[in-house]
Amino acid sequence: MTGHSDRVDRVPPSGIRRFFELTEEVDDVISLGVGEPDFAAPRPARDAAIEGLERGRTSYTANRGMAELRELVAEDYARFGPTYDPGSEVLVTTGVSEAVDVGVRALVDAGESVAVAQPAYVSYVPCVRFAGAEVVDVHTRRADGFRLTPEALRAAGADEAEALILCYPNNPTGAVMDRDELAEVAAFARDHDLTVISDEVYADLRYDGDHVSVASLPGMRERTVVLGGFSKAYAMTGLRLGYALGPEEAVAAMTKVHQYVMLSAPTPAQHAGIEALRSCRPDLEEMRERYDRRRRFVLSRLDGIGIDCFEARGAFYVFPECPADDAGAFAEELLREAGVAVVPGGVFGDAGEGHLRMSYAAGMDDLREAMDRIESFLG
Amino acid sequence: MTDAADAVLDLLLENARYTTTDIARMTGLDEPSVSETIQSLEDEGVIRGYRAVVDWSEADRERVQAEVEVNVTLDRETGYEDVAERLVEFDEVTSLRLVSGDYDFDMEVEADSMRDVSAFVSEQVAPMPAVDGTVTHLVMASYKEGGMEMDDDDDDRLSVSP
Ligand SMILES: Cc1ncc(COP(=O)(O)O)c(C=O)c1O
Repeated sequence: MTGHSDRVDRVPPSGIRRFFELTEEVDDVISLGVGEPDFAAPRPARDAAIEGLERGRTSYTANRGMAELRELVAEDYARFGPTYDPGSEVLVTTGVSEAVDVGVRALVDAGESVAVAQPAYVSYVPCVRFAGAEVVDVHTRRADGFRLTPEALRAAGADEAEALILCYPNNPTGAVMDRDELAEVAAFARDHDLTVISDEVYADLRYDGDHVSVASLPGMRERTVVLGGFSKAYAMTGLRLGYALGPEEAVAAMTKVHQYVMLSAPTPAQHAGIEALRSCRPDLEEMRERYDRRRRFVLSRLDGIGIDCFEARGAFYVFPECPADDAGAFAEELLREAGVAVVPGGVFGDAGEGHLRMSYAAGMDDLREAMDRIESFLG
Repeated sequence: MTDAADAVLDLLLENARYTTTDIARMTGLDEPSVSETIQSLEDEGVIRGYRAVVDWSEADRERVQAEVEVNVTLDRETGYEDVAERLVEFDEVTSLRLVSGDYDFDMEVEADSMRDVSAFVSEQVAPMPAVDGTVTHLVMASYKEGGMEMDDDDDDRLSVSP
């Protein structure tokens, strides 16, 4: 063996991983560092997976995913406007994680560049690099509520890029974008002929109105690939199920990569996904209501403690400004001295520096105790 | 019920120890309205009280619980209300409900020992003139009380994840 590839070398070790290891060293930690729901998947979805297993449904499915699941996904997404043909415009993937990877590899050539709106979910930049492409860091700012603006795109030189990855509702900031704001981004994408990869895994976790799909804006459906999934809204992280929706050509290209690297998404997960879409919307709504209460609680506590935080309106994160200059050092001290784990914003790109990501996918007792601890730590 | 009362009640059902301040934070209502809402829920008798949900299997103290089916015969002078009024006076009775089906009252009883439970049923309840018969079911294990699951739900998520 002669070591590893330059592509891998160019990707630094995971900041999340480092923080996870630190957290494991400390006793009695309340973690606000968890990026997944604290609920189990709805019972009917779990039962559907179990039933499939009981019946011996353990074979591969079609590369694109089970036909019924693709139909339900297309039907579900139609709420947001755009419609997709389940036969040729829907690809079922092993989580949004796979969809990001396959999306970048299928749509971007090595040496081309991809603009990534940041702070961002940790996989976009590595996936672009693994594909041999270049990253254009687009910094969104607290002053804009961490929304993506044409100014930010221009300032970063995104007009030269081949594609743009964005994610609203956003991890790690909890930011959302409304139609008029997205319209400006869409105009930029059209003017500069960008392909848009829109990670909408948190689409159902919006607390102040309906999610807006970039693909629903004029002229955008044909240049957008939407990524969605079951991990967050249906609390199905461990089942590994997601999907991509887009114009036929893009989905065909993605399917070509997917068929070789994944073959098909996990079959039990697809059974669970079908049931989730068929019957688990009430569970989703109940979870969303709980997140919303916690969101209000945490925002209000932070405000009371004097930690400056913009109003996160989606996903299950708040992204307050760090009370100290060095967010990494602060998070480490908070962990060791107060027993509260939060993730320093820099882990999500330079644009996240000076902030902390706090997840409210945690029980109320833990949230209250965490806020008390933070308050006395600062007091 | 108003939306505010509904929201406040939901939260108190989840945890009666949420403070007024916490409830205000979670609902977005201001504190005085939360206090007023709780006050009127109490005044109207919607909220009858607050008590701990105890897992007796974890407590040092012994506590025996039983479900008792109570059958009664009514006559011109005695109705369900009259029987119920007498039964609710006993401290051993923790809940009493008139139910449809094979028997009349579903009575939950708690005492310090099995002997106390059976003595209570046989000496206090069964001899009542209106009571026809009782069937006592001792609680062997409890999985959920007052809406709370009795097992420790451990969180198997990674402590930090993206
Ligand atoms: C923005 C975002 N995209 C994608 C993922 C990965 O989702 P999946 O479990 O569907 O792979 C996550 C998970 O944290 C996320 O926050």
